[in-house]
Order: sequence, then C-alpha cells, then structure tokens
Amino acid sequence: MSAPSRTIRRAQAGTTESAWVRRTLIGIALVFMFLFLVLPLAAVAAEALRKGFTAYLEALQEPDAWAAIRLTLLTAAIAVPMNLVFGVAAAWAIAKFEFRGKAVLTTLVDLPFAVSPVVAGLIYVLVFGAQGWFGPWLQAHDIKIIFAVPGIVLATVFVTFPFIARELIPLMQAQGTDEEQAAIVLGATGWQTFWRVTLPNIKWGLLYGVILCNARAMGEFGAVSVVSGHIRGETNTLPLHVEILYNEYNFVGAFATASVLALLALVTLGLKSLLEMRHPELGRRRRRSRAAARPAT
Amino acid sequence: MSGAATSALSSAAAPQASGGGRGVSRRVLPGFHITLGFSVLYLSLIVLIPLSALVFKTFTMSWEQFWVAVTAPRVMASYRLTFGASLIAALVNLVFGLLVAWVLVRYKFPGKRIVDALVDLPFALPTAVAGISLTALLAGNGWVGQFLEPLGIKLAFTPAGIVIALIFIGLPFVVRTVQPVLEDTEKELEEAATSLGATRFQTFTKVILPSIMPALLTGFAMAFARAIGEYGSVIFIAGNMPMISEITPLIIIGKLEQYDYAGATAVALVMLVISFVLLLVINGLQGWKRRRSEATQ
Repeated sequence: MSAPSRTIRRAQAGTTESAWVRRTLIGIALVFMFLFLVLPLAAVAAEALRKGFTAYLEALQEPDAWAAIRLTLLTAAIAVPMNLVFGVAAAWAIAKFEFRGKAVLTTLVDLPFAVSPVVAGLIYVLVFGAQGWFGPWLQAHDIKIIFAVPGIVLATVFVTFPFIARELIPLMQAQGTDEEQAAIVLGATGWQTFWRVTLPNIKWGLLYGVILCNARAMGEFGAVSVVSGHIRGETNTLPLHVEILYNEYNFVGAFATASVLALLALVTLGLKSLLEMRHPELGRRRRRSRAAARPAT
Repeated sequence: MSGAATSALSSAAAPQASGGGRGVSRRVLPGFHITLGFSVLYLSLIVLIPLSALVFKTFTMSWEQFWVAVTAPRVMASYRLTFGASLIAALVNLVFGLLVAWVLVRYKFPGKRIVDALVDLPFALPTAVAGISLTALLAGNGWVGQFLEPLGIKLAFTPAGIVIALIFIGLPFVVRTVQPVLEDTEKELEEAATSLGATRFQTFTKVILPSIMPALLTGFAMAFARAIGEYGSVIFIAGNMPMISEITPLIIIGKLEQYDYAGATAVALVMLVISFVLLLVINGLQGWKRRRSEATQ
C-alpha cells in the first residue's frame, strides 16, 4: 500500500511490542493466573465431588452445616447494615464539609485493613473476655460476648469496617455539593435532600460497597476464629465449619462447605464486574479513590 | 441569590448548620455535626478503644517480661518466617502483578474481561477456602504436587507453601494499583522516546517504568502488609512446626489457647506497630503517586 499506512504502522511500532513478545507476555500472564486462581477454584469443586454428587449433597444437609449457614447469614445481616450506616455518615461528613482533622479521620477509617485479623479478634477478647476490661461485669450479669454470637458480630464489623465508607467518600467528593445546596435553598429538609438528591446519586456505589463488605463478612476467618470458641452448631460460621471438618479429615464435607463459599465469591465477582460494566465510574473511581479521598495536604 | 439569603434559608431549614461558627456560609448543608459525631463515636467504639486495650494490657507487664515475650527464640523464628515469606511473595507479586496489569491494559486477547474479573478472586474468596484448596493442590497426591514430588520438591507443609498462599492473597494489590496508572500513561511520551531513537526496551525502562513506579511500590507495600497479617490461608498449608513453619499470627493464637494473654498481647503489639509503620509508608507512597500523576497532567 501507500506511504501513509506504513508511517502509521511505524508509529504504532513505537508504542507496542512485536507479535511474539506480545504473545509470550500474554501466555506467561495467563499461565500464572491459571495456576494461582483457576486451579484452586477447580480443586474445590473436584474435592467436593470426589465421592459423587450424593455424598456432596449429604455433606451439605448436615444440621451443623445449616447452623453454620444460619450464623453466617445472621452475622452478615447485622455487620453489613452497621457499616452501611457508618459509611454513609462518614462519607457525608468527609465529602460534603471541610473541617480540621479530616485527613486523619480518612486515614483512621482505613485502619482496620492494616490490622491482622488475629489481632482484630484479640482486642475484643481483651475488652470483653473473662480476663478483660468488662469480663467480671459481664459475667456477673450473665452476658456472653466472647465465645458467643455478639463477639463474632463485633469481630466481623471490625474487619469489614472500611468497605462501604471508602467506596462512598470518593464518589460523594466527586459529586460535590451543588445539587444538595440547591435542594436546601429550594426548601427541602435535610432528610428530603438525602433521600431524593444524594441517595439516587450514590446508590450504585453503595451497592458496590455492600457487595464487597458482605463477601468479606461471610468469609472472614482469622478474627472470628479467635472470638468464636468453636462450639459446633452454635458459634461456628461457615469458614470455621470448613476448618473443623478439614481437621477431622472429613474432606468431602470440608470442600462441600467450601464450595458454598466459593460460589459466593464467584457471585460477588460477577455482580462486581456487572456493576463496573454498567457504571464505569465505580471501578475507576475505586482504584483512584485513595488519591481523591485525601484533600491536598 | 445573595449570600445572606442563602444562609438565612439554610439555617431555617437546618439548625445544626448554623452552629458551625466561622464556616456558616459554607455549611449550607445540614447534618455536619450529627454525621461527624456519629462517625467519630462509632470509630472509637469499634476500632480505637478496642485497639487501645492492646496498649493498656501491655502496660501491665514489666519491660523485662515484655522483652522476653517478644524476643523468645520461637517468636523470633516466626518473625523471620513471616517477614521473609511475605517479602518473597510480595516480590513475586510485584513482577507478575505488573505483567498481568500490562497485559490487561495494553493487549487484546479472548477472555480478557473474565481474566480481569478473576484478578479480584483472592479478595472475594474466603481465606480458609483458599488455604484448603491450595493445600489439596500441592499435597503429594494433589494435581500439582504429584508432579513435583518425584522431582524432590515439597511445597505443602513447608515454608515454600506459605509463600504460595501469600502470593495468592497479595495478587490483586499490585495489579489493581498499577492498572489505572498504566491506563493513564500518555502514548505521546512513548512515541517521542521512539522517535528520538530509543528501543522499545529503553522506552519501557526509562519512560514507562518511572511513571508507574509509585503505583508499583504502593501495590508492593500493600501486598506485603496484607501478607504479614494473613492467617486463614496460611495455617492449612504451613504445617505449623515450631521454629520452622509457624507464622507470627499463629504464635498469638497459640498463646491465647494457653491463656497467656499478656504474652499474646505483647506479640500482637509488635505486629500492630509494624502495621502502623507500613500504613504510614503506604500513605507516603500514595502521596508521591498523587503528586506524580498531578505533575504529568
């Protein structure tokens, strides 16, 4: 062909690699992803079905497994709404107002992500355990927090603390305050402004944060393990039930339970990708959230 | 509308807003004090006060007791293992995370969208599930282990297995911090480098790499920080032999099971301090990243 197309090809050659380099890099990346991500998922399914589909279903119908599922659902049903209310409140204060200590508060919101799950569980033992600050008082009033459901909920709230706030803060910062100010000036009350102006603007970001928060709440292991006490049928969440079955060499049971959690992970990834596809600002904003979340210092 | 009218209207609609003192005209929106107050209260109750219990509990020990607890040979061996394995895993993630991000941003290939979604699997999959499935893969009779065993390579129940689990856990961090920065890099710079006679490799090391370096290091530090605290995925694959394959979070659990609360707290405090330092490093790196991206725009 003519000279222009050759020029274009030359120009492109400057910003990309030759075909074999491209293919090699894609190949290495895909092999790495296959080994580290696809194989473990496939292994869960294969091990769960090792003794056939009936054995798999029987393992899932055990009363202890159902008790674990109920406790996991209950924990998430308390922890996620708590962090949802906090996330909205914190995002409102941080994104819509200027105040001293804002950068510190924003950093502190992320703090639970930096703490090891085991340490997260330990701190609640130190506060509410038999040897802890409130231990004697709780014992005297016959209230159980550690080795009981409230402790499991608290530890879960701690490890999932930042999820919703960190989605909402950059989203609400990017949207500014003009629309809310207009609503207020036109006579809307604070609640009306929130429900009719702010919430419709942030609902997808909210859902995105809830999905991620819920996945972690249902899957948390380390923190919950410290405060649970591992009482079968009572204080075992699904991930803890997996551990107990595994340590009893009941591998089909362990992997059958694990397959439920793996399915939850896949549903989470699917919903997350769907939201990112429909609302491209979510994924990109999330990735840049840290940059946007902090005011220039 | 004049400023006076605006503030009169807003203070009528929202009495909270008028209490702000110097910020009256800016705080047209209501709800500042209540949302900030609730956020700070919730943060204190769930995160700050329980974390402070760790510090207060340590004060009940003498300096000698503390020092003996955190420098016992078995504990020192666990630090070496935890930091060594986390460092190796984060370095592997640095290289392969960059590769995966590069391939996802720069090249087209079938199934790219699924691969992109799959990167987040370690965030969504409960750690206990990852732990047992990696163990099943790498054990002597597992899909991968059966090929390695004849070669004399043992990964499950050794420190090498810990590194594998930590690579899995840290994989998304580097990819997700580098990806958006790579998307933003300007092709014009690469074209300029090429037209000035640079080879593609020179363009990569001298133009592209410096511009993504802050993001790369941020992702590396995040993967490293996450690996240090990780518990769920590691304990199944580690073998948990004292002095050999016992990670620091497991030391804390072991001390708790022996009712050595002071000892557990002392080791936990060491981990917490390290987490704080890493959080500060990550914040610093993000500041650098932000300045870099602002400078280029």
